[in-house]
Amino acid sequence: MINIVLLTLLVVVAIAIIRMKDLFAVAMLSGIYGLLSASFFVVMDAVDVAFTEAAVGAGISTLLLLVVISMTGRSENSTRHKPLLALLIVAITGGLLIYGTLDMPYFGAADAPIHSHVAPRYINDSMQEIGIPNIVTSVLASYRAFDTFGEVVVIFTAGIGVLALLSVVRRPEDSDNIASINDSMHEQHLVVRIVTKMLIPFILLFALYVQFHGDYGPGGGFQAGVIFASAIILYVMLFGLNTARKVINQTFIQLIAATGVLLYGCVGIASLLNGGNFFDYNVLANDPIAGQHLGILLIEWGVGCTVASVMLIIFFSFAARREVQQKNENQHDKNQELL
Amino acid sequence: MDIVINISSGLCLFTGSFLCISGGIGILRFPDFYTRMHAVGVTDTLGAGMILIGLMMHSTDFLVLAKLVMILLLTLLISPTTSHVLAKAALHNGLVPELTPDALDQTSLDLKKKGKTSSNP
Amino acid sequence: MLVAATLAIFIAMILAIIRGVAGPTLYDRILAVNMFSTKTVLLISLLGFVMGRPEFLDIAIVYALINFISVIAVLRYSDTNQFKHTPANKLSTEKEP
Repeated sequence: MINIVLLTLLVVVAIAIIRMKDLFAVAMLSGIYGLLSASFFVVMDAVDVAFTEAAVGAGISTLLLLVVISMTGRSENSTRHKPLLALLIVAITGGLLIYGTLDMPYFGAADAPIHSHVAPRYINDSMQEIGIPNIVTSVLASYRAFDTFGEVVVIFTAGIGVLALLSVVRRPEDSDNIASINDSMHEQHLVVRIVTKMLIPFILLFALYVQFHGDYGPGGGFQAGVIFASAIILYVMLFGLNTARKVINQTFIQLIAATGVLLYGCVGIASLLNGGNFFDYNVLANDPIAGQHLGILLIEWGVGCTVASVMLIIFFSFAARREVQQKNENQHDKNQELL
Repeated sequence: MDIVINISSGLCLFTGSFLCISGGIGILRFPDFYTRMHAVGVTDTLGAGMILIGLMMHSTDFLVLAKLVMILLLTLLISPTTSHVLAKAALHNGLVPELTPDALDQTSLDLKKKGKTSSNP
Repeated sequence: MLVAATLAIFIAMILAIIRGVAGPTLYDRILAVNMFSTKTVLLISLLGFVMGRPEFLDIAIVYALINFISVIAVLRYSDTNQFKHTPANKLSTEKEP
């Protein structure tokens, strides 16, 4: 019953997103969409997925969309033609896909191959072979470690792509204006700044808690990285990009991003050197269970480092671009006033 | 002892949900943005506090109790700040509240003194 | 009692969505999103107790923090000219010349 209501709300919000022309409202509504999906996952009892959806889909995505919208423009360009051919192609492809799924077993059927072979093996053997209570983490980090390696490399590649396209060369005269900008903004945003100063240590500590508690409850590297990055993003938004750059260097962040992926790969190579398969953690220590724990700890740490640094790289690039654009606009307005 | 806990927790939950629903009705029926913000800001914080206190009486484990206390402290800190931030952003960007004509003149005079009115290009 | 409280929070969420879709000005929509996220924090905590899984409280903490960060982002990134209100049309969609 509650599933039907949530799905109906999802459909209503999706239709509203499509029909609205005001991009700011679209960003807000997509935040609500991410939130409804997280509630949906909670109702289906999938805690880790709900965690990741809440942090990424409703948090970071909305942030990045807002930064971009403040740079590009607030309303969508109206389409000049009716794309009927595109609609036809999409409808035919969708119809073929739905026709393809008619042969598959029903959602949650007990005799589907995944429920009779794959899932029981993970559920029954995970505690003996790996020894941590959270089965999602054991599947993600140990049974399917290679897939997770691919995901981490994809995230790293996205960070490199953003750097290649959007990085801004900083000139030394920008650092002189830091003090004056800081004082003027302090007056305006006093209450929020003080509250943020109280909250940021808590958020960082919570990110560390989520990282290391991933074995016993929902959590793990991805969620912890996103939470860590959002604490730093909060600092950047209220205290200015230059001040944040003095706290955390851009070079340091890029180094950490690369180190995360390297750490993950090195764990695999270390297990190769010790005589096992790639990402076989049993050979990493004297006792297989201790080896599994060590392996999972190290790769989750690698995942957390990479995810946090790549989110910061993307946000810093966008914010730096926005600053350059705003400076050019102010310069343009000043020139127009002088004319 | 059990009955006392159940009744007081039920009372807290009932108060909390009543406040939340009245906040929801307020956001639909009030005439202006600033009055709606009053409805949401006040009832959100107090309703959330009541519901969390009601849940605390149900909890068995110490860790669960600690997490609920943390959520309560966070909500008490965050909700009023977001109301302040939103109202400040709206006023700064020129959204003028609906007032009687005398109060409106006074408000525009104040805004002009600070240098930002909605008629300023 | 817990189930009744969950239902009440759900009704409050639906009321917030109605305001979010129909709000005349932009700030009504932001207010609706803010209220929606606070209610989601409560909903997730209540569902955790109803379904007997206290691990949901971690998600509730994350969600409260994410809500705060999003509202601050809205404040910071709506300082440009495009978001000024003019009395004639409440949603100005062009940059001022």
